[in-house]
Amino acid sequence: MMLGKHTDMIARPRPRSRKWFRGEGWTALFFLLPGLIGIVLFLVLPILASIVLSFTNWQLLGSARFVGISNYVRLITTDPQFWTVLRNTLFFTVEYLVLNIIISLGLATWISSLKIGQRWFRVIFFLPTFTPLIAVAMVWMLIFTSGGLFDSLMASLSVPLAGVLNDRTLAMQAVVLTSIWAGVGYNTVLFNAALDMVPATYLEAARIDGATAWDRFWKIRLPLISPTLFFGTVMTAITSLQVFDQIYVMTKGGPGSSTATLGYAIYQRGFQNFQMGYASAIAWVMFALIMALTALQFWFQRKWVHYDA
Amino acid sequence: MAKLTIRNAVKRYGALEVLHGISVAAQDGEFVVLVGPSGCGKSTLLRMIAGLESISDGEIEIGDRIVNDLEPNERDIAMVFQSYALYPHMTVRDNMAFSLKLARRSKQEIERKVDDAAAILDLAALLDRYPRQLSGGQRQRVAMGRAIVRNPAVFLFDEPLSNLDAKLRMQMRTEIKTLHQRLGTTMVYVTHDQMEAMTMADRIVVMRGGHIEQIGSPLEVYDAPANSFVAGFIGSPSMNFIDGTVVDGGGALELEVAHGPRWPLPDKARSYVGRSLRLGVRPEHIGISEQGVQSQVIIIEPTGSDTHLQLQTGQQSIVAAVRDRITVSPGQPIQLRYDAQKAHLFDPTSGNRLN
Ligand SMILES: Nc1ncnc2c1ncn2[C@@H]1O[C@H](COP(=O)(O)OP(=O)(O)O)[C@@H](O)[C@H]1O
Ligand SMILES: [Mg+2]
Repeated sequence: MMLGKHTDMIARPRPRSRKWFRGEGWTALFFLLPGLIGIVLFLVLPILASIVLSFTNWQLLGSARFVGISNYVRLITTDPQFWTVLRNTLFFTVEYLVLNIIISLGLATWISSLKIGQRWFRVIFFLPTFTPLIAVAMVWMLIFTSGGLFDSLMASLSVPLAGVLNDRTLAMQAVVLTSIWAGVGYNTVLFNAALDMVPATYLEAARIDGATAWDRFWKIRLPLISPTLFFGTVMTAITSLQVFDQIYVMTKGGPGSSTATLGYAIYQRGFQNFQMGYASAIAWVMFALIMALTALQFWFQRKWVHYDA
Repeated sequence: MAKLTIRNAVKRYGALEVLHGISVAAQDGEFVVLVGPSGCGKSTLLRMIAGLESISDGEIEIGDRIVNDLEPNERDIAMVFQSYALYPHMTVRDNMAFSLKLARRSKQEIERKVDDAAAILDLAALLDRYPRQLSGGQRQRVAMGRAIVRNPAVFLFDEPLSNLDAKLRMQMRTEIKTLHQRLGTTMVYVTHDQMEAMTMADRIVVMRGGHIEQIGSPLEVYDAPANSFVAGFIGSPSMNFIDGTVVDGGGALELEVAHGPRWPLPDKARSYVGRSLRLGVRPEHIGISEQGVQSQVIIIEPTGSDTHLQLQTGQQSIVAAVRDRITVSPGQPIQLRYDAQKAHLFDPTSGNRLN
């Protein structure tokens, strides 16, 4: 009797959920199928394949041989370029991330303080986001190239600065500048929307409490948009660890290896040297790096992100 | 503590004028309630006092300082918002301490003031919670606590109870009133609820469409409304208005109403014979009698303490509030009498009080 009652209680919600899967569930699956096939074919399978590849010495042509973890070992121990590439990637990520967040937050705050024309500025700053990165990078490459617009501008200002793309330290700065130009708009619009959603009464209450505009920004608005700020930071960090297009167009990783990043190294190894197995191993190192950095950010968010608003 | 004086305050948004020269003063320690229908400009006026809106014209004086050009925090006021506006990312303690921290007071002083305010408002157990962990009534009390710690000369409240349920609203009404008696600070309280105004105010300021309609104590406003708007706005159920012409029905004065029975009028209407008049009768001054104005019961609403009767006389709807338990049924014809000495007479075109 007791048992019967028990199973009854456990079993009760089941027929409902099963029915749901039988009826609407299949219909939903049917509609999802085209997308799902695409994801499996072009995302899941390649990812699985790249794991497998990273343990082989596949050269694009010919057959692959299983080589264990030797790709990874070589990468970390003997590859003369790897540590440079890693350092370049981290250098780019840190500089670009910090500048991007500061500039976009500044722009977002400035736009939200405007009495008129907010919408226009949002559109203007968002424009580079619709523009293909390749095209942006080409334009900047032409600007920075030897004898280009940048050089003549510097010459007319009598600043001894020319051919930055051929300079070992300045080439990376040109790449960062290009990336900022292309990437700041998205965060600006994101942060601007978040700032506009902070209820005006909080700021009014703070004014009555004696908070200056400076206090209101740091003590009220910033904490209240911190979830958006966190999202923007994580996404920007992820995309900048993968940086490729700008480098491919502007510097080809040079001069020397001074702007070669993980993304560029994958391309170089995979599609120039046809070392697919080795390139896959670099890709997985990149993945691990992104995971680690993102996890770190999630860990740190407890210290500064407020989800109460 | 301070006196608050508003002289000819005007508010314009571009070409749109929403306050048309408001003059009102609150004595030191007075509890003044601004009441009026939604959109009449109460919040705007309060925000002008607080410094959150600019003053287009006129003057606002707190204590003996003209505050027109002062920042909100320099005006020596504190404000409680309808939405409470508690900083969601700060604990109750930090919310209350925020203004003191900004003013760079010492740790001990901040702690003492926050603890004092928490004790007054019974918040001591909640100090480490976040606003999201509080009920509506608790948030309301924290908002008041945040105001108290500043020890302002004037407290401003903008519909602070309208997000609470009816029972809590009654309770908080008492709490605010108690707080006022305890602190003795000048308070300006905005509400659209005439019941809140009546029960809490030392003085009521009735507003409509950016004008002041009447200023007076609750009973003055109730007993001698300056015009038919105030008469209809204050009191629940609302005053009945009957428009008609004064006629001398053989000694007794009567109001002749189109398509309806005549209403007896008090002697004070004698000088209006032959002219049109608006008679105002409060529901509680209407009773049932053997003979009187012929009417018909439409709806019966027992509230427990008294019974509200929706009645029809001629083409006019009338509400009566009777104390005695009565047995009537919808559709039943009854006769009304009313206390003519307590009748209000108004000019039907201007709406102004006549007697
Ligand atoms: N920023 C503004 N711009 C234009 N009109 C406004 C603005 N704020 C309020 N008003 C108008 O002023 C009038 C009074 O508003 P308010 O003071 O909020 O009324 P209340 O608090 O009495 O309901 C309303 O008609 C409202 O539409
Ligand atoms: Mg209002």
